Amino acid sequence: MSQSATAHSSTAPHYFVPQPSTWPIFGSFALLFMALGTTLWMNDVGWGKFVLIGGLCILFYMLFGWFGTVIGESEGGLYSKRVDISFRWSMGWFIFSEVMFFAAFFGVLFYMRVLSVPDLGSLDNRLLWPEFTSSWPVAGPGIRESFQTIPAFGLPAINTMLLLASGITITLAHWALLADNRPALVRWMIATIALGTVFLFVQGYEYAHAWRDLNLQLDMGAYGATFFMLTGFHGFHVTIGTIMLIVITFRCAKGHFTPENHFGFEGVAWYWHFVDVVWLLLFVVVYAL
Amino acid sequence: MQATHSHLAVHDHGAHAQPTGLMRWITTTNHKDIGTMYLWFSFTMFLVGGILALLLRSELFQPGLQLVEPEVFNQLTTMHGVIMVFGAIMPAFVGFANWMIPLQIGAADMAFARMNNWSFWLLPPAALLLVISFFVPGGAAAGGWTLYPPLSVQMGPGMDLAIFALHILGASSIMGSINIVTTILNMRAPGMTLMKMPLFCWTWLITAYLLIAVMPVLAGAITMILTDRHFDTHFFNAAGGGDPVLFQHVFWFFGHPEVYIMILPAFGIVSEIIPAFARKPLFGYTSMVYATSSIAILSFIVWAHHMFTVGMPATAQLFFMYATMLIAVPTGVKVFNWVATMWKGSMTFETPMLFACGFIFVFTMGGFTGLILAITPIDIQLHDTYFVVAHFHYVLVAGSLFALFAGVYYWLPKWTGHMYNETLGKAHFWLSVIFFNITFFVQHFLGLAGMPRRVPDYALQFADFNMISTIGAFGFGFTQLLFLYIVVSCIRGGEKAGDKPWEGAQGLEWTVPSPAPYHTFEVPPVVR
Repeated sequence: MSQSATAHSSTAPHYFVPQPSTWPIFGSFALLFMALGTTLWMNDVGWGKFVLIGGLCILFYMLFGWFGTVIGESEGGLYSKRVDISFRWSMGWFIFSEVMFFAAFFGVLFYMRVLSVPDLGSLDNRLLWPEFTSSWPVAGPGIRESFQTIPAFGLPAINTMLLLASGITITLAHWALLADNRPALVRWMIATIALGTVFLFVQGYEYAHAWRDLNLQLDMGAYGATFFMLTGFHGFHVTIGTIMLIVITFRCAKGHFTPENHFGFEGVAWYWHFVDVVWLLLFVVVYAL
Repeated sequence: MQATHSHLAVHDHGAHAQPTGLMRWITTTNHKDIGTMYLWFSFTMFLVGGILALLLRSELFQPGLQLVEPEVFNQLTTMHGVIMVFGAIMPAFVGFANWMIPLQIGAADMAFARMNNWSFWLLPPAALLLVISFFVPGGAAAGGWTLYPPLSVQMGPGMDLAIFALHILGASSIMGSINIVTTILNMRAPGMTLMKMPLFCWTWLITAYLLIAVMPVLAGAITMILTDRHFDTHFFNAAGGGDPVLFQHVFWFFGHPEVYIMILPAFGIVSEIIPAFARKPLFGYTSMVYATSSIAILSFIVWAHHMFTVGMPATAQLFFMYATMLIAVPTGVKVFNWVATMWKGSMTFETPMLFACGFIFVFTMGGFTGLILAITPIDIQLHDTYFVVAHFHYVLVAGSLFALFAGVYYWLPKWTGHMYNETLGKAHFWLSVIFFNITFFVQHFLGLAGMPRRVPDYALQFADFNMISTIGAFGFGFTQLLFLYIVVSCIRGGEKAGDKPWEGAQGLEWTVPSPAPYHTFEVPPVVR
């Protein structure tokens, strides 16, 4: 400590270490109640859902408070360049963890299409499932009901266009921010949110149509499970991304961010591009192929 | 200008408004506080998991069923595994990371101090969920820590609680790992280049990368179990085009990197201790870094060696067999480097060094049995026998746990400002290593003779070795109370420790006073 404590102090960027905080413990209680409530609810204990809702309320309270604190610290000028770099690294690694989460489900889809379904239709399983022949899309040898799939070049193609367009509008918003053109920034952000919201509505409509008219449901074996889990988790991420966009837009409108310093904006943009890329993969391997 | 300004603001703030008592620990953003909580939590879980293990060994003391029902035995087996892996070993290493990484790289704290607090405080709710699961209808999860379907799809609400506990622990691990990676990549003191960094930081950097890569995959796997259980999906059900083996693939894609997650930081600790007590720089630092990276990369392409008996094409079996054996190369590099570090060193054998040397001997034995198990035809014979149990306890107990003990004794003077009782420390080592071998060495013979694991009863010819193993297990368990006594008495008093109590120790952590002040390196040191 002593060896250089003074030599460096004028040039070394000080690193912001936050004060003790009660937000984390709220988050812990939230997740505890959510886990307990969901377990009770799934096992047919009716009041479990109230425990779950209670947990969710605590979670939203925590998220509001915690992010509010961070925004306050950021606007208060407490975050140096080095803190900014920390945020960049961490957002990158967080998105990497999300990539791995989706990779697991893409791997499952690959395994079912290429390995387990053909195997069930092969000679090895003829004794057990004599009538089953391997094909795709398919529910599986033990499921008698039939279902139809959603053609790729209908609503899914429109959704692809919507998300690709939102990738463009958020980039235009970023350029407007860099040019310090606040009205254009807010306009392009609102356009991005609108595209994301329309995407979600189209996806919701498609789900209702699949569930009711096409008999494509979660219990439709290999296709039903992979279809709904992949598109469902993607839709969940688009929802989170849209909420993030809304928060950022309010901040833009309030005058937060500068052309030099706006990691909060960029982090959301990275995340939005990530859900966009996942959708492109989904469009190809779930809908088109 | 801005930096100076914020410095003052924070400093002013820090002087007062520090919560005391319980609130200090609940709200803390200090890496030392959080590291301490991680270490105490993991030790508590270690005792809980140890009690479960002793219940298992008591049942296995004699053939026949005498103590617990078979389904309770299955719950004990499962929860022993889950608690030891996710509750004891992993949090203990994170505790070391919290305490030591900022001190070793000259950082004021972790990169995200508040998130660091949450990473820790997610552990008690998860532990609570696991404890509650013993008391719900059907009892705790009982399908083994690997949660294989169809068992895990059929069980009662205890499995749901275990799944949510794992989700929460996974979230904690991902946040902790992002924190560690960011701290190491962004907060090193000026002059502390990556290749000057202590090896403990290097091993943790790579471990954190593995955690970020595979914890989400585990989350996906257990989510599919959950939807198969409650939402009518057929991921693991052949009637719906799924496959129970699919779960094994996804699980072990997480699970094999996971075992390196539990050993790489141990390599790091041992690589700090051996040079200190051999009074020589670590032999082959660069090769150590590359070996650690190679192990991490290879860990992604070996997972199916856990599944040689489920029916895979011979090509796949050969691939996974050879890929697994390849890991012996970088691991061998490490063992040779440690031995070469000791070569012609002026060595002394204080407790940390004893545990480090014990680690090399006993961990290497576990490595050799790992090589044996990597050979597909042999593994088909030994799969799910006590040989496997012996193998992974040699690498997990004598590997990870001994390295953790070594690390505790090595840094305890820095943490507490006192020296621990050297005589008792040595006694702890010798009792541990002897009882460990009494417990687990005989299990090799049991496995070779065909005793299956996870079964509460056994054929009469296995009686003698099981009795020996149980005696060893109780000895090992009670020895750990000695460890608790040593640590507590070291915290409460003892000989004053100097800033650098170990003559040959290297690194920035020895430049701060003992005990390390609450805030260190608020101004980064310069490393030359």
